[in-house]
Amino acid sequence: MSFAVALPRRGIFDAWRAAARVAISHRIPPEKIDWTGAGGLFEASPLPQAPGPHQARVPQGFVGLAGSVIWHSAPERLALLYQALWRIDRDEGDPLSHLDPLGRRLNLMAKAVGRDIHKMHAFLRFRELPSEGRRRFAAWFEPEHDTLEPGSRFFARRFADMDWLIATPRLTARFENGRLTFHPGGTRPDLPEDASEALWATYFANIFNPARIKLDAMRSEMPRKYWKNLPETRLIPEMLKDAESRVERMRQAGASAPRPGAAAISTRYRAAMPQAEALPATLDEARAAALQCRRCRLCETATQTVWGEGLSGAALMIVGEQPGDREDLEGRPFVGPAGRLLRQAMAAAGIDPAQVWLTNAVKHFKFAPRGKRRLHQNPHRQEILHCRWWLGLELAFIRPRVVLALGASAAFALTGDDAPLGPRRGRLETGLHGGPVLISWHPSHILRLRENAAQARAREEMAGDIAAAWRKAG
Amino acid sequence: MARMSLQDKLAILSDAAKYDASCASSGGERRDSRKGGLGSSGGSGICHAYTPDGRCISLLKILMTNFCIFDCAYCINRVSSNVERARFSVEEVVTLVLEFYRRNYIEGLFLSSGIIRSPDQTMGDMVRIARCLREEHGFKGYIHLKTIPDASPDLIRAAGRHADRLSINVELPRDASVRKLAPEKRPETIRSAMAQVRLEGEAARDRTHTGRPAPAFAPAGQSTQMIIGADGADDVTILQSATRLYSGYKLRRVYYSAFSPIPDASSVLPLIQPPLLREHRLYQADWLLRFYGFSADEIAAGATAGHLDLEIDPKLAWALRHRGLFPLDVNRAPREMLLRVPGFGTRTVDRIIAARRLRSLRYDDLARTGAMMKKARPFISLPGWSPGGLTDSAGLRARFAAPPEQLRLL
Repeated sequence: MSFAVALPRRGIFDAWRAAARVAISHRIPPEKIDWTGAGGLFEASPLPQAPGPHQARVPQGFVGLAGSVIWHSAPERLALLYQALWRIDRDEGDPLSHLDPLGRRLNLMAKAVGRDIHKMHAFLRFRELPSEGRRRFAAWFEPEHDTLEPGSRFFARRFADMDWLIATPRLTARFENGRLTFHPGGTRPDLPEDASEALWATYFANIFNPARIKLDAMRSEMPRKYWKNLPETRLIPEMLKDAESRVERMRQAGASAPRPGAAAISTRYRAAMPQAEALPATLDEARAAALQCRRCRLCETATQTVWGEGLSGAALMIVGEQPGDREDLEGRPFVGPAGRLLRQAMAAAGIDPAQVWLTNAVKHFKFAPRGKRRLHQNPHRQEILHCRWWLGLELAFIRPRVVLALGASAAFALTGDDAPLGPRRGRLETGLHGGPVLISWHPSHILRLRENAAQARAREEMAGDIAAAWRKAG
Repeated sequence: MARMSLQDKLAILSDAAKYDASCASSGGERRDSRKGGLGSSGGSGICHAYTPDGRCISLLKILMTNFCIFDCAYCINRVSSNVERARFSVEEVVTLVLEFYRRNYIEGLFLSSGIIRSPDQTMGDMVRIARCLREEHGFKGYIHLKTIPDASPDLIRAAGRHADRLSINVELPRDASVRKLAPEKRPETIRSAMAQVRLEGEAARDRTHTGRPAPAFAPAGQSTQMIIGADGADDVTILQSATRLYSGYKLRRVYYSAFSPIPDASSVLPLIQPPLLREHRLYQADWLLRFYGFSADEIAAGATAGHLDLEIDPKLAWALRHRGLFPLDVNRAPREMLLRVPGFGTRTVDRIIAARRLRSLRYDDLARTGAMMKKARPFISLPGWSPGGLTDSAGLRARFAAPPEQLRLL
């Protein structure tokens, strides 16, 4: 016995789903159902009313795929979907996969429907209709598939505060006072002229750059079949005809003489831009100059100069290696994970960071990009030497009684001695500036220690060094 | 001077805006107008039209004004240019956006501007336009605001409250070129602004200590643009610069814009044919950086004297120089290696991995994954196909690079 199923045009997805559920529950094989509803040469009866004994289960992916494919214009889509359902039910391969010939076909149909809906959202153009009260708009569109029904929700969400009508050959959608209804389709309505279309055409013609023509790119994204309902496409031939001569005119004209008066404006603006003093006379001038530092190449890759902060007359100055990722973004020293460790240790020793001067031996972040992250790199000797100019200015203007050097780079910058840090840690050395320098671990070195005991010991040592430096400074 | 009509101003101020490549409207937060207001956004963007230059129109991309006190040599609106000037009022921009939007011409607004009086004054005026759209008209569509260099952090914060996306152009791949060609711009403050946008965006995604979500800040992130071909920077320099921008400031996109001749050009810059193919190859390389696990250094390995091969795409160029890694067994290779096969896109690779969990793939299956078989063939092996000596053959590059030659009848 064979069956014929006739489905309504509107609400077809729910209707197909109900019919397919009944059919599969009776285990009716695909070849026994004519989904076009015609019945063919043989006698065909409608599907049974009551569900049969078999319960089919389908993956969520099938419902989603069917929900797209159903709007495709090909009549065989209903039979293909039932074939897929049949095979899922009998566990015959994976008819949802691209690698299965049926799956590939269904997925391509779903893609075509998705593209058709997307193009309707893109290329539909409303014209305003005369109205009192709520504004009214109407559009004519010719989709390739039956996509107005699934595609109109988008317009209901977007244009909720106006009434609108979208007419297509097969279906018309009406949105009035927040209610969406569907009606039979028709022929292209005569819509009144809309003044905004002239402004839109002006925009379209002027946003186009005649010096770069890429017709293939335009045609592949805006296929010709849509052009007849797009008012702006009427301008394209004229724009193209003109393009070459416009570019030629630009070339012929060449460079032009500067507009009179422009030079004065430029001079005034540039004079007001921050200037770097070659020999800063104050700490503020030194900072302003450092913000524009180009003594080495690190300034090109880092975000900004990270200058020191704290009390300008501090008795204790704490010098780290260089700003890290976080410091580079915020423009402040010791605000990343290592900075947190240092600040915790200072708080434990009762030291207010506002009472000391916190800075780094190198003022720009040096890193290597790895995927989405920036990995810290140690500064070279040359980079430390270039940046010592700024550290020297900080020392000269702040005149700390004691300097705490955290890590090998800071120790080298302050003392000129690059001997290993281990034996020097906790000792006082004399800095190049003539004052005492206490050497300690850099907090990021502590964070990198894997072994708990070693990390705890190093933390204690740094805390002890901070306290000792503070006592000596006080 | 006669008063300019809205149409005149629109002509001038859209013409002035066309050198910004970005028109994306994707990635914003989900909003719609069912509870009031007009418009919706979220998800993938929509391109409402295409012009013959192949670029899409998604947003109304205009300048607030093309009066400018900066003198950037590559820019048509620089102070020394003789171009005709205009300025929109707040109401004019708002009306254009809303009326275009209601007719489904656009997804929203991309507002940029010449710099008038001062960076803060300009940024403040632009923020006023965005605020008016959002607060007075309940506009839920997409807003992209150009961040004016050297505008104060407070104004950038205010801009991020109303905009879906912010962007500030690095303009040129090297600091020295920026200083030379755009003397009023400072690379370090441009980067600081990008850092601020990143940090504000991250802070807005964290909940406040009371557990309430923080006010939104540019939910569609930030982007930037580099002009290609106006200075001597090579492709590797450009890609390294892009890598730093992506890793440092979490940019959604770096746009590469082939320098194109402008009317009323400056004598500092030559009027060249825009290097469109080079721009295209850079975008392909950019895709490899973001979605295929390539680093700039690896792409550089496929380049010659710092420049990408113009005849073949950068992934193929890389594969041809690393033939020892191929052919790849499609049924066993890890995902990161499958992504390196020329002709395999990310979706192809996803489909291969999903399918091979169930069974071994044969050559005939591959075509249905969407792979470009002609390109992939020399680099893969699987039941039903082995490239034999093809992978290492001397003529392999020529098979891809040779432009199809038109035969002539005698």
